[in-house]
Amino acid sequence: MSSSSLCCAEMALGRLPGFLPKSGPALVLERLSQMPRLVAVTPASRLEVRPAPEMVSIGIRELDSLTGGLPRGCLTEICGPASSGRTSVLLAALAAATRREESCALVDASDALDPASAAASGIEFGRLLWVRCGGADVGPQPSAVSPRPSAFRHQNSPSGFDPPGARPERRSPGSAFPVEQALRVTDLLLQSGGFGMVAVDLGDVPFRIARRIPLTSWFRFQRAVERTPTVLLAITQAPCTQSCAALSLKLRSSAIGRNSSGKLSAIGSQLSASSHTHLFEGLKIEGEILRSRLERKPPQSVRTGFTTKTMPAG
Amino acid sequence: MTAFACIFVPDFPVQALLRVEPDLRSQAVAVLEGKAPLEKVFAVNEQARRAGIEMGMTKLQVEACPELVLRTRSPLQENSAHAALLDCAQLFSPCIEDAGCDTIILDLAGMESLFGPLPKIAHDIARRASDFGFEANVAVAANPDATVIAARGFPRVTVIAQGKEAEQLGSLPMEVLFVDGPDPDRVQILDTLSRWGIRNLRALAALPEIALSERLGQGGVRLQQLARGATSRTLVPVEPPLVFEEAIELEHPLVLLEPLAFLLARMLEQLCARLSARALATQEIRLQLELDNGSHTKTFHRTLRLPVPLLDEKIFLKLLQLDLNAHPPGAPIATIHLSAEPVRPRAAQNGLFLPPSPEPEKLELTLARIAGIVGENKVGAVQMMDTHHPQAFQMRRFVLEDVRPQRSQTSAAKAENFPPSCPQSKDGMVTALRIFRPPAFATVSMRDGVPARITCPKRKQIDGEILWGAGPWRSSGDWWEREGWSRDEWDIAVQQESGIALYRLVRDLLSGRWFVEGTYD
Repeated sequence: MSSSSLCCAEMALGRLPGFLPKSGPALVLERLSQMPRLVAVTPASRLEVRPAPEMVSIGIRELDSLTGGLPRGCLTEICGPASSGRTSVLLAALAAATRREESCALVDASDALDPASAAASGIEFGRLLWVRCGGADVGPQPSAVSPRPSAFRHQNSPSGFDPPGARPERRSPGSAFPVEQALRVTDLLLQSGGFGMVAVDLGDVPFRIARRIPLTSWFRFQRAVERTPTVLLAITQAPCTQSCAALSLKLRSSAIGRNSSGKLSAIGSQLSASSHTHLFEGLKIEGEILRSRLERKPPQSVRTGFTTKTMPAG
Repeated sequence: MTAFACIFVPDFPVQALLRVEPDLRSQAVAVLEGKAPLEKVFAVNEQARRAGIEMGMTKLQVEACPELVLRTRSPLQENSAHAALLDCAQLFSPCIEDAGCDTIILDLAGMESLFGPLPKIAHDIARRASDFGFEANVAVAANPDATVIAARGFPRVTVIAQGKEAEQLGSLPMEVLFVDGPDPDRVQILDTLSRWGIRNLRALAALPEIALSERLGQGGVRLQQLARGATSRTLVPVEPPLVFEEAIELEHPLVLLEPLAFLLARMLEQLCARLSARALATQEIRLQLELDNGSHTKTFHRTLRLPVPLLDEKIFLKLLQLDLNAHPPGAPIATIHLSAEPVRPRAAQNGLFLPPSPEPEKLELTLARIAGIVGENKVGAVQMMDTHHPQAFQMRRFVLEDVRPQRSQTSAAKAENFPPSCPQSKDGMVTALRIFRPPAFATVSMRDGVPARITCPKRKQIDGEILWGAGPWRSSGDWWEREGWSRDEWDIAVQQESGIALYRLVRDLLSGRWFVEGTYD
């Protein structure tokens, strides 16, 4: 223990000359309360209570009743494997937001949005900014005559991703780096502000890559939307935002088909050879709350189910 | 009461150059004109004059002065400066006369009720001229010619009360009456007056009028009236065209974009000041660079089209920088032309209870930055095409202003959002498709006319027996065009590690190839 800390402890206990020994605990508390550093610390009993965020509709009645909606000013994560209904929920949420006349942005890391599905969901395209990642990033070119020759990745980042706020570096036109692009674009959109919903679609990004996104990036996003009316929505294959997400939903589904006799059945249980008389009707989706900062997690998982409808071809 | 003001910019060719190089204001500057090696000094500033530099000296002579900065005369920049001077004058009066490239006369009748007393107006004019990059002399008097003489003769701001013209102008030298140009008659009159011992306007004004007329004719009488400040005439008003252009001819070609940004910043500052003086904004900025490619010159054009009228030089500069970063000129820059298309400023009424929406200025900058990351055609709003082709859409610019009229959505707008290829769901949510771009080509083996097994080299997870399938759904279109298409679609289920995944399998009937178009999710 250093001499200064010893001195402080002795001062606190009243052992220094000139201090009359009082009763032990009271004296310690009195001395501690006079120390300048501790005076600035707010007691836990007086901490400001975080106001409950405003909730907006997802656009699906069952999910709204399960979660209460999507919280504004918070990060919400929706995860699930392929064909689990994540994109259907995403499009429903975007459609609900555009119906509320809010401007929305979709950062599409895999350039996977189907405009026909989006239109069928009821999204007003005039209010949806679609950013299709995976394009070329040639970076800043300081010369009017010829570009600087070197093309390099961020070498200092252990995860391989540049932090969102970092200065963009030059990349060769062929090197697609969609996840990093998606993070940088999301950061720009959140800093710009004014969007009612910003959705980051990492649904086709393998989990081994998505989990390498630094937690600081998600924390930065969460801080950027805090105290704003923006709903930040992330679509992933498996949970990767951890404690940064105020609400984490897991989806899974089974497909519903209609067989030749016209009877509906789950496709997963039907392992017979395919037949052209079958009809793909839609998805039966189950949603489960993995994490919710808004309310204490119930002792057993809470689920809900709903179905989607496939639009006819052509 | 009639009142006129005159803005006079001394050493106009020098000041026109210094508008974009304000760092040189404290230095001696001389402007050269003529073809090499016969260049001569055309204009100098006060510091150069004090250093002994005179007009008409050769370049060789003035190069002996080490502190002197030499510039070549630029008619382009003089035109821009003159237009800026007109815009500055228009700030104070709608009735202005263009009395020369460096002289503007304003009719201030009735302006006192708007801008205050005449001395205040004169000081305001000088201050605004300074904002436009000019160190101008301003004079206010009861007749236009007296204001011109006072502005040319007295530095900074001069206010002459009505009836005091002869008294105040009397101390000025005779040369202020002869600055219009080398008129032979006037030179002769000046010589004559000089031989008579007439050195200033007071002496000229005191001469007997009839005797002066007998000796010098009507020209002499006219000069005497000017000296007394007793002329009377009406202004010849001009209507400056709404053309906002700035240009710089560079002494040495620019190679790097960074110094170009400095010049662009100054030009944009001047453009925005001029637009602001006319209560206008801009929605389109055109940049034209003349490139010096050694043997030949070529022109490089870029146009910034903004969704809403803006008037913020910082945003314009950042947008131009981002645009030039994405599209570098490719050769050294010799001349810069920057012009703005004037429009009325945006009048928007915001409300407390409107849904959140990005600010147009910030959004434009954000979109430009995003375009720099992902590419220009990869950011925007979707516009569906009026066709049955399943993947027919195009990207258009994301403009928030277009959204407002959609409150009462017309049938045309609905048709744009929901073309025939994508009927809108009326009940419940739809099953979304995630598109694979580019499509994943697959090898499919058939059994009894239906797909039985699939292998997809590009996507390893799509490999195995097809558990379930529905189809085919045949569609075709544009068969009358070269881009005709015909395809069979299958909905298939394939077992994966994470469970059963559903895909849309497509067979292109024209090429016979199979590909996985996307996954249902």
